Amino acid sequence: MSRFHTIKDNRVENRLFLNRIIAAFILILLLTSGLIVRLVYLQIVGHEHYTTLAKDNSIKIEPLVPTRGIIYDRHGKVLAENTQSFSLELIPEQIPDLNDTLARLQKLLDISDEKIEQYQRQRKRQKGFTSTALLIGMSDEEIAKFAVMRPYFPGVDIKTRLVRNYPYKELSSHVLGYVSRINEAEIKNLPAAEYRGSTYIGKLGIEAAYETQLHGKTGYAEIETNVRGRAINNVNSVAPESGANLYLTLDIDLQKTAYDALEEFNGAVVAIEIKTGGVLVLASRPGFDPNPFVVGIGNDEYQALQTSDSQPLYNRALRGLYPPGSTMKPFIALAGLEYNAIGYEQKYFCPGYYQLPNVTHKYRDWKKGGHGSVSMNEAITESCDVYFYNLASVLGIDRMHRFLQQFGFGERSGIDLIGEKTGLLPSQEWKRQQKKQAWYPGETIITGIGQGYLQVSPLQLARATATLGNHGDIVTPFLVDKIVSAHDTSPGPETHQGSMHLNNDNVNKIIAAMTNVVHGEHGTAKIISKGIPYQIAGKTGTAQVYSIKQEETYNENNIPFKLRDHALFIALAPADDPKIAVAVIAEHGSHGGSMAAPIAGKVIKQFLEESHAD
Amino acid sequence: MQTETRSEQFQPPSLLGTLLRKLHIDIPLMIGLLLIALLSFVILYSASGQDMDVLLRQAARVGLAFLLMTALAHVDPYQFKRYSALLFGIGIVLLLAVLILGQIGKGAQRWLDLGFFRFQPSEMIKITTPMMIAWYLSEHPLPPRAKQLFIATMLILLPTLLIAKQPDLGTALLVASSGAAVLFFSGLSWWLITAIAVTLAGLTPVLWHFMRDYQRDRVHTFLNPEADPLGRGYHIIQSKIAIGSGGIHGKGWLGSTQSKLDFLPESSTDFIFAVFAEEFGLFGCVGLLSLYLLIIARCLYIASQTKDTYSRLLASSLAFTFFVYVFVNIGMVIGVLPVVGVPLPLISYGGTSVVTLLAGFGILMSIHTHKKYLIQP
Repeated sequence: MSRFHTIKDNRVENRLFLNRIIAAFILILLLTSGLIVRLVYLQIVGHEHYTTLAKDNSIKIEPLVPTRGIIYDRHGKVLAENTQSFSLELIPEQIPDLNDTLARLQKLLDISDEKIEQYQRQRKRQKGFTSTALLIGMSDEEIAKFAVMRPYFPGVDIKTRLVRNYPYKELSSHVLGYVSRINEAEIKNLPAAEYRGSTYIGKLGIEAAYETQLHGKTGYAEIETNVRGRAINNVNSVAPESGANLYLTLDIDLQKTAYDALEEFNGAVVAIEIKTGGVLVLASRPGFDPNPFVVGIGNDEYQALQTSDSQPLYNRALRGLYPPGSTMKPFIALAGLEYNAIGYEQKYFCPGYYQLPNVTHKYRDWKKGGHGSVSMNEAITESCDVYFYNLASVLGIDRMHRFLQQFGFGERSGIDLIGEKTGLLPSQEWKRQQKKQAWYPGETIITGIGQGYLQVSPLQLARATATLGNHGDIVTPFLVDKIVSAHDTSPGPETHQGSMHLNNDNVNKIIAAMTNVVHGEHGTAKIISKGIPYQIAGKTGTAQVYSIKQEETYNENNIPFKLRDHALFIALAPADDPKIAVAVIAEHGSHGGSMAAPIAGKVIKQFLEESHAD
Repeated sequence: MQTETRSEQFQPPSLLGTLLRKLHIDIPLMIGLLLIALLSFVILYSASGQDMDVLLRQAARVGLAFLLMTALAHVDPYQFKRYSALLFGIGIVLLLAVLILGQIGKGAQRWLDLGFFRFQPSEMIKITTPMMIAWYLSEHPLPPRAKQLFIATMLILLPTLLIAKQPDLGTALLVASSGAAVLFFSGLSWWLITAIAVTLAGLTPVLWHFMRDYQRDRVHTFLNPEADPLGRGYHIIQSKIAIGSGGIHGKGWLGSTQSKLDFLPESSTDFIFAVFAEEFGLFGCVGLLSLYLLIIARCLYIASQTKDTYSRLLASSLAFTFFVYVFVNIGMVIGVLPVVGVPLPLISYGGTSVVTLLAGFGILMSIHTHKKYLIQP
């Protein structure tokens, strides 16, 4: 129409614009008429039809909650199951006076104010005409008491529900976690349709990490209800699909052995099957009984767990960070061999202390008077500190950092659990960035014996030991071996594949030295070598909690228990063809050799005897 | 300013009239908006199960939105024009920020947390996109030529795609239509409009390919609601039952059974029209639609009385987008359009859309109550 003009022509523009306004208004009128036609169709033509649907009988969709998957250990023992439990449930819309009813129930069954509050919160979140539990896991006595009075409580009923149960209680608590009521924050992030009607969600451990698989698929029933919303008839339904069952690599009997062997010590034991990475033991002592969390733990009970000195809610195996102490020595020694920084047979004289050139400070050996002239094998066997002070100084912090990182120190192992700690593997770079300070040579020295900034979790330590036993092919720990759903069986998590490409000779030398730790005459863990038909390669460690002054001597009996050293032990067995890697930490256990090593010895014995029997 | 003083002399010296003129309020539009707001409280009270809290919260939001509207009505339209490009640019940057933050946080995110409140850049862009397009086109002779059309299309697609990626299909649709409306009012040839319509129809399969699973589900559900009774299909089935059972006269205020017995989900928000239709029947629905039409008609009238190109393009686009809002929501609730998350304008519970909509009306009032001659740049 006006394709060729380039200057503004207001008259043409005005006319064009008015035309467009009119056209737009006509379009709007047409579309609105379309809406009205549709409304006429719904409200006049379809009125009778829809009134029937709405008034006489209405279809209501009720979610059918799936049964949660069961969790088994590697031998098929049930670790988490669903058991029937009786609960007292209320439908507020059918109760004439809710507050009065609650008050009477409280008196009758002696219900705590806290439970009432919890119920009120829960009720407000529910949609109308939904039954909400006031009490879960009623005792026979409570059931009997209520049964007699039932006619006086319209809208209140006893129902059976499936409740999660953990038969191994504190033994499995840190592996499985637990399920508990869904909270407000979680609701926002959940797929609403899938969780309609679901009460529980996994909060920690395997229960949380595999929530999707364990939960299953919600089904639904189309229920005819009358005007008051009461169910009359089931029209159509789609059955829920149970959650998948999980088979873990965990051996609950072995877990029990490890847990019991820690005795009164707080600590952790982790055992990994080297060839697969499957976690056999992930014990953290003390554990806690997860069952009260399922039905709703009382405030007092929870406070007690939270404030306990032994921190039972704290997963030491996964999240506990400790200085690794001398258990780091085999890895440092291997670094020395791999970087050609030192020879296996090369002797180093240990006078009982180490000094950096031109520095008066003495880095002392644990053995007063020293070990004399030692080779690498002897240094590992007797756990000579001075040898490793020197080796660390020769290697330098950055080479140690690079090497240890490949063993997985300072990073998450990738286990299929949530909340794993990274620990700390220091480097010059790290200190510059985090502490805004230069690295001091003295810090390199103590890193050589696993002290200083170094922080590792028991899981990391076990993983690194497993990788060593696997001759440098990296082991990624995992807990779920297979996931069995209604349709199919799928394997657990994909594990990271990779290799450090270590020299086999070097690895064999280190394992030989570690074997000497247990079986050698001067070995620091020789007490566990008695009467076993196989060989164990191990390394003891003692991690300082309290630093002694230059001229003081460490005397266990003068030091309060809480400041005593942590006892550590890492082990591979059988030494000639390692199948299992174990890491043990006994907090304030003082001596790796006497305290931690026997625990690993028991785990290894039971595992090898069992797999021999298989 | 001269025109204003002159026109004031012709008016009788009514105190209220002077005050309203000083406030730059357009009285017919104001009355229409107030009526809708009032109606919104009436329906919301019923739809929320007579929850006074909900009502008070909404009243606070609507009050704030009206304040914002009045404030914007005060601004000279020349200022809107002047800052169009800048505001549009800021909006795009914020959209990108949301998208990047969302990527870091893993998952859909539509807002920026500013500590004291959550700001949705996609709401701001609903107004700044038509501003931008109107400004760009008004700088050139109309109807736009191929080059301007191309650039304008790109300018519309940029925010649309960013929002669609959030993913928020409803808002993306509204932003796209607000920009397209400017093109339409600028005199895009009918021949081209037809061509674009045909191309879009042809592109549907391509669009399908880029849709998220849940968006595809909604289209499936729209075509066959009975297939997904637990999710969105249930919404449509139940809202049709609620509307149909309302009949000609409705069940009366507070008389809806479908939302009360919890058959109708989202009855206070996106599906509030179903509650209204159940309670007030066909008469009520036609009345509500008429009220909307009156507001739209007034806005289009304002646009037609405006001489400045930028202002009238913006005014007409805002008016048309308001209609799109109404049409998409009601169309979805009565089952003629797929379910996209678009609220019923000025009536659904929720704050963000009320604020944006009334901001738009504030701009319209500003255009109408300030001088209507050509803005001199």
